[in-house]
Amino acid sequence: MLTLKQARQLRTVLLGTLGWLVALIIFFPIFWMVLTSFKTEIEAFSSPPQLFFMPTLENYIEINSRSSYLTYAWNSVVVSFGSTFIGMLLAVPAAYSMAFFETKRTKSTLLWMLSTKMLPPVGVLVPIYLLFKDFGLLDTRTGLIIIYTLINLPIMVWMIYTYFKEIPKDILEAARLDGATPIQEIVRVLLPISKGGLASTVLLALILSWNEAFWSLNLTASTAAPLTALVASYSSPEGLFWAKLSAVSTLACAPILIFGWLSQKQLVRGLSFGAVK
Amino acid sequence: MSDLKITNLKKSFDNVDIIKGIDLEINDHEFVVFVGPSGCGKSTLLRLIAGLEEVTSGKIELDDVEITDTAPAKRDLAMVFQTYALYPHMTVRKNMSFALDLAGIDKAEVDAKVSDAAKILELDHLLDRKPKALSGGQRQRVAIGRAIVRHPKIFLFDEPLSNLDAALRVQMRLELARLHQDLNATMIYVTHDQVEAMTLADKVVVLNGGHIEQVGSPLELYHHPVNKFVAGFIGTPKMGFLEGVVVSVNEAGVEIKVSGGSQFLVPVDGGTLQAGEVITLGVRPEHITVTEPEESAYQGRLTVSEHLGADTYCYVETDSGEPLTVRAPGDFEGRYGKMVGLSFDLQHSHLFDAQGKALPRLVKA
Repeated sequence: MLTLKQARQLRTVLLGTLGWLVALIIFFPIFWMVLTSFKTEIEAFSSPPQLFFMPTLENYIEINSRSSYLTYAWNSVVVSFGSTFIGMLLAVPAAYSMAFFETKRTKSTLLWMLSTKMLPPVGVLVPIYLLFKDFGLLDTRTGLIIIYTLINLPIMVWMIYTYFKEIPKDILEAARLDGATPIQEIVRVLLPISKGGLASTVLLALILSWNEAFWSLNLTASTAAPLTALVASYSSPEGLFWAKLSAVSTLACAPILIFGWLSQKQLVRGLSFGAVK
Repeated sequence: MSDLKITNLKKSFDNVDIIKGIDLEINDHEFVVFVGPSGCGKSTLLRLIAGLEEVTSGKIELDDVEITDTAPAKRDLAMVFQTYALYPHMTVRKNMSFALDLAGIDKAEVDAKVSDAAKILELDHLLDRKPKALSGGQRQRVAIGRAIVRHPKIFLFDEPLSNLDAALRVQMRLELARLHQDLNATMIYVTHDQVEAMTLADKVVVLNGGHIEQVGSPLELYHHPVNKFVAGFIGTPKMGFLEGVVVSVNEAGVEIKVSGGSQFLVPVDGGTLQAGEVITLGVRPEHITVTEPEESAYQGRLTVSEHLGADTYCYVETDSGEPLTVRAPGDFEGRYGKMVGLSFDLQHSHLFDAQGKALPRLVKA
């Protein structure tokens, strides 16, 4: 028979193992991608796959000579940050009014907003494409910022709404009685209290915009093309180049991974923003 | 000057009337308590005064200026919330100075005001802490401090003590009473606890179902409740009620017969009361004496006795099944199920007509 303490230790070990296993399964494709990016094309194709090999940088050199990585990366940065910034500007007041000045229709409005995310994007590809063409937005960063803001807005509003809902109304009412205008109430009380939730929303919006491929492939050609378009260009008709594709994917993922890793500490601290009562 | 005048105030949420026409005047320096059971509209009334809810119809005037539709920020009122509602991201000092900072008051003056308030509330050593590092009582003090620094026209308190434990509640109650004396301010206080109402108020407003049942000083409500609701609500333990019928009405009072057959002469002004009409006799626990069964005309069966030390509260069931509470001496030994005689102090008893309206007592106080 196990004592209570032993049983608890066993539980910890089992859960820990399970956690690591799940983490490894999730991490494995990324690990394999990075590994493959340092192989030669022959090694990348070899069967059985090689775990040990002489790493080479030739894929990275090849990619840099063929296309300007920095242009694509800069487009990704401008478009993700731009759409996230505008999205936050719109989502915060929207969520504020829905969370604190609820009407009979608030719930259905929120549901309707989210339901637009259930529509297959390709269903509106033609009208959007034509609209973009008429307004001269094709292959522009402005165009991508507009479309990313619009597709991420429902999720951003929904997320911020959920965080705002957690904040007792009393605190904002106290600010109102203390003489705060609506803007002061939001900027000096609401936003600081919910900064953890806002940071997660920003991070999510950045990641979603960074990783978005459908619209970027369809609405850009070269000048405004972000990293996702660069990755796609390596799965070309003349054949798949696994090592180069892995290298370019690694380059595309790296900035956002590093960003997420750096903001992790801030995020966790923000998410546990302390007792309100 | 801070006189508040409320005229025919109404508030409904989605066609449900919460406040059904309230007229009330609150004078400068008064401590007014809104008291009533849950859902009576007392908090809503306070929030209407604060401007946190929109008025459906009616008028609110502060110092003869109408503020019915004025934004809460412009009303110069301060409110202390039940949940304290401190700004969690600000230190105690910042919490207290927030309103003054917003008003653009000079920094030196703000500092002076904050340290004054902190001194009054003994918060000096906590000024640089965040709310989460404070105990419940300290948070409550900060909430009060936040109101004090502003020198508002009226202080509004929304059940400020209900999240505190019993001992702290009594202490804070005393501090609030002292604060009212020291600041000489107008205060409106909402509570469901009639002990708080009785101990703090200059003027108690008893609310029920969205309208005012009675306005008066605590002792007025205690001695001369205008109806059965107020009589039953004010006083702990509650007043006991016995159903009965009028036998006769004369100058000395009203002769009644209660279920069980006993007859009593209650010294109240019978007015237009007729023999045979249904009435209710109301007697407070402190106006009933327990005797040996044969010594009193009225008997009951003892159920539970609560020994509080100085007093013993005995719960008695009468023959007709009506519950009565009796205050007996502290050393009273009651045995469960024992028959006891009950002697009523009719001078201090109340009589209510079939509509629950109190008949004016002939004995004052």
